[in-house]
Amino acid sequence: MNEAAVKNAAPARAQNNVAGLLVLALAAIALPLIPFVLPVSDYVLNIFMNSITYAMAVLGMVVVLGYTGQINLAQAAFFGFGAYAVALGTLTYGMHFWVSFALGLVVAAVAGLVLGLTTLRLGGHYLAMITISFQQIFDLIIVNWIDLTHGPDGIAGIEPPSLFGFHLTDKRAYLVFCAVVLYLLIWFVWWLPSTRLGRAMRAVRDNELAAETIGVHTLRTKVIAFTMSAVLGGIGGAFYAAGFSYISPDNFNFARSVEFLTMVLLGGAQSPFGAALGTVLLILLPEWLRFLKNIYLAIYGISVILIMVFMPEGIWGLLRNSWNKVRKPRPLAVESVPALALDIKLEHSTPMLKLENLQKHFGGLKAVDGIDLEVAPGTVHALIGPNGSGKTTSLNVVNGIYKPTAGKIALDGIDVTNLKPHDRAGLGMGRTFQNIRLFQSMTALENVMVGAQRENNPIESGREALTQRAMAALQFVGIADRAHIVVRSLPYGTQRLVEIARALAGYPKLLLLDEPGAGLNQSEKQELVGLLKRLRGHGLTIFLIDHDMGVVEKVSDKITVLNFGKKIAEGTPQDVLRHPDVIAAYLGEAPASGTA
Amino acid sequence: MEALANNLQVLFQGLALGSIYALVALGFVLIIRATNVVNFAQGDFAMLGAYAMVLFLVGLPGNADLGIPGFETGVPYWLAIILSVVVMTLIGLAFNYGVYYPLRNRSFLPVLISTLGASIFLQNTILAIFNPQPRPLEKLLSSDGVTIGGVFLDSQYLVILVFTVCAVAFQYFFFEHTLLGKKLQATSQDKDMARLLGIPVALMIAITFIYSSVLGGMAGILIAPILFVSIGMGSIIALKAFAATIIGGFGDVAGAIVGGIIIGVIESFAAYYISVPYKDAYAFLALFLVLLFRPQGIFGEKVSEKA
Repeated sequence: MNEAAVKNAAPARAQNNVAGLLVLALAAIALPLIPFVLPVSDYVLNIFMNSITYAMAVLGMVVVLGYTGQINLAQAAFFGFGAYAVALGTLTYGMHFWVSFALGLVVAAVAGLVLGLTTLRLGGHYLAMITISFQQIFDLIIVNWIDLTHGPDGIAGIEPPSLFGFHLTDKRAYLVFCAVVLYLLIWFVWWLPSTRLGRAMRAVRDNELAAETIGVHTLRTKVIAFTMSAVLGGIGGAFYAAGFSYISPDNFNFARSVEFLTMVLLGGAQSPFGAALGTVLLILLPEWLRFLKNIYLAIYGISVILIMVFMPEGIWGLLRNSWNKVRKPRPLAVESVPALALDIKLEHSTPMLKLENLQKHFGGLKAVDGIDLEVAPGTVHALIGPNGSGKTTSLNVVNGIYKPTAGKIALDGIDVTNLKPHDRAGLGMGRTFQNIRLFQSMTALENVMVGAQRENNPIESGREALTQRAMAALQFVGIADRAHIVVRSLPYGTQRLVEIARALAGYPKLLLLDEPGAGLNQSEKQELVGLLKRLRGHGLTIFLIDHDMGVVEKVSDKITVLNFGKKIAEGTPQDVLRHPDVIAAYLGEAPASGTA
Repeated sequence: MEALANNLQVLFQGLALGSIYALVALGFVLIIRATNVVNFAQGDFAMLGAYAMVLFLVGLPGNADLGIPGFETGVPYWLAIILSVVVMTLIGLAFNYGVYYPLRNRSFLPVLISTLGASIFLQNTILAIFNPQPRPLEKLLSSDGVTIGGVFLDSQYLVILVFTVCAVAFQYFFFEHTLLGKKLQATSQDKDMARLLGIPVALMIAITFIYSSVLGGMAGILIAPILFVSIGMGSIIALKAFAATIIGGFGDVAGAIVGGIIIGVIESFAAYYISVPYKDAYAFLALFLVLLFRPQGIFGEKVSEKA
């Protein structure tokens, strides 16, 4: 009964989608053709022109801010690179439009790349500041380097380009051309999130540390995002310059960057359609608010605050959320999901993980003070110790989040001491976190796919294999039926499982689990023990930290006990948990008479 | 000999200018420590302080479109300062409740953008009330300044230096030796713990905003006679003050002061020896270099994210 209803509903919804897309497409085609049919003034044409070229730059903000979560307050500078390249290239240096255009994009791309590289060390406020500084310096240069840029007077007489021998002097024809370019760019930006790169970007946005740890080259991802954003800004600027035939520095200053930012936030930073909508609205707003005269900009400032308070995902976010409420989630066919393969080929047989004299000091605090440890392949090895004994620090050093003060780490015989976390993930080191670190706004499936797309993952290439692998991992932990649910709305225990599936999808040689039992109730802990035993049955090597002796005792082959950053005992669970030093570390020294 | 005097003159100006940046930077740092958010309208507090002085010392030009009548005032300078501080207190309070409080549980990005919106709002409101023309403001002291050993010391610059020293001393005393100061510190270090100890965290943050607003306002009041009062005066001060907080060490009080002074001195010397039109660029250049080679700043500690 239910299944039949679902089967009937699916095509109906598909029809709705198709109808909606058709309406959207028709409107999109019709809009730039209006000037050919109806008599419109130059003024209206300029508003069209403005919207289309600004929207291109705002699409760049979608990529860098909406997808990748990096603030960029220099988009107007990139817009300016494109505009000045076309103006100076064609007028001062007499180059062909498209040559100047390409040069402008190259310059913008290089600037975006450099700005992106600063994210190596800086995020958040620093990045905001750096991009503002960049914008200010750009502004100072175009105002003051008068020999090159004509300074505040600007440059007039920029001609529109020709295309396949057809000169686009008719403003209406040029408009149609720009609209087509815009639609292509919107399509590209819309398609991007479902690609490997797009998923990596969103992973960086939602949780950069987790992304890096499971194999995303976070710096490269951010640099690409900035570069793309800069190129999109440059394209917009170039067409803007040719469309208005006159440019001056005040088109490209900090205020314009803030305007681009507001446009993307108003429309919805996560969607190219939202960005286009926000751009058009914010260009029309001053026309509608004309009666407010000179307090218009003050109202504009207030609306930025109101958008942040009441519409955190912008207008498009509101529309999409209400659409999602109406739409029923599609049930998934989980029967056809393949079994999860975990038997990865090893380079060297023993040991899987080797720590030699590992040390990590924070100032005077010796959190990890010379640990030697070997994890044998195919075993579950637990690291325990009282609070503050250096367990999580050890794990963070093993995994590359912290640089060790001294010592050596080898994974499967390969020295990884100086590698970045994503490179270690690329060699087969998977990990989960004590306080769950998932990509909260992505679905369970997308989360696990990010895990599956680590470098060197020995699965077939292509999207299909990636999806299969992710589904298999979800099926293994028993939640494949919830693959399309956004992680944020899953219960805590299920989120833990998603995190384990994300690590498994990466085909790990070694799985690091940081307190996998933390926060689980008794029955969930039982399930966890079952899952860990199954993983051991598949021959996976696991190195785990936990407080719960019940869990540790049941699953471990070997236990290492830390206290004050040093190893105090090691052996089988039975031996170690009866070791007097271990009892002393957990319960305090036994009275002297007891030891006698 | 003359070269030395010239250099001392430039240094003196740099120190005074740097003090202004330091005052605004202090406001930045206090808000960063209390709320973990950079207030992009911090510079506009300086602009508002300066316009409050214009309002009380001179009056309003009036704006017929908005139905704002023009009038002349002319209260004594000391009273104008007190009234301006009162105005800044109210603005700080309004800022806290209008811009920060509704977004207090969200990540830094929405709050940062909200303060940008506030900056646009404040600048354009002032633009509508006063007109775009920059306005001069008279100095606090009637004397122009003194000349010592061939170095001319402008009276307003001296006032700025004296005020900054006093403000820093006051702040040290306030945070280290008063109960309210300790509560503010506790709030900035660990909000949850402070709340558990019965410290009214929301009130502490409101006080922080008020204090920052007044500090920024005083910076504006002091620099106004030198720079002219204009709508955009705050933005450029704020950018440099923020650069100062990074150079000094993000969130570090001593760093903000030292960073501000470093930027002021660099800017003065670069403008004197290299080029005036690009004087604003040197601060950013210094910032780039610091970020490249010592991103944690002079006094900052390296922090790594905890997993």
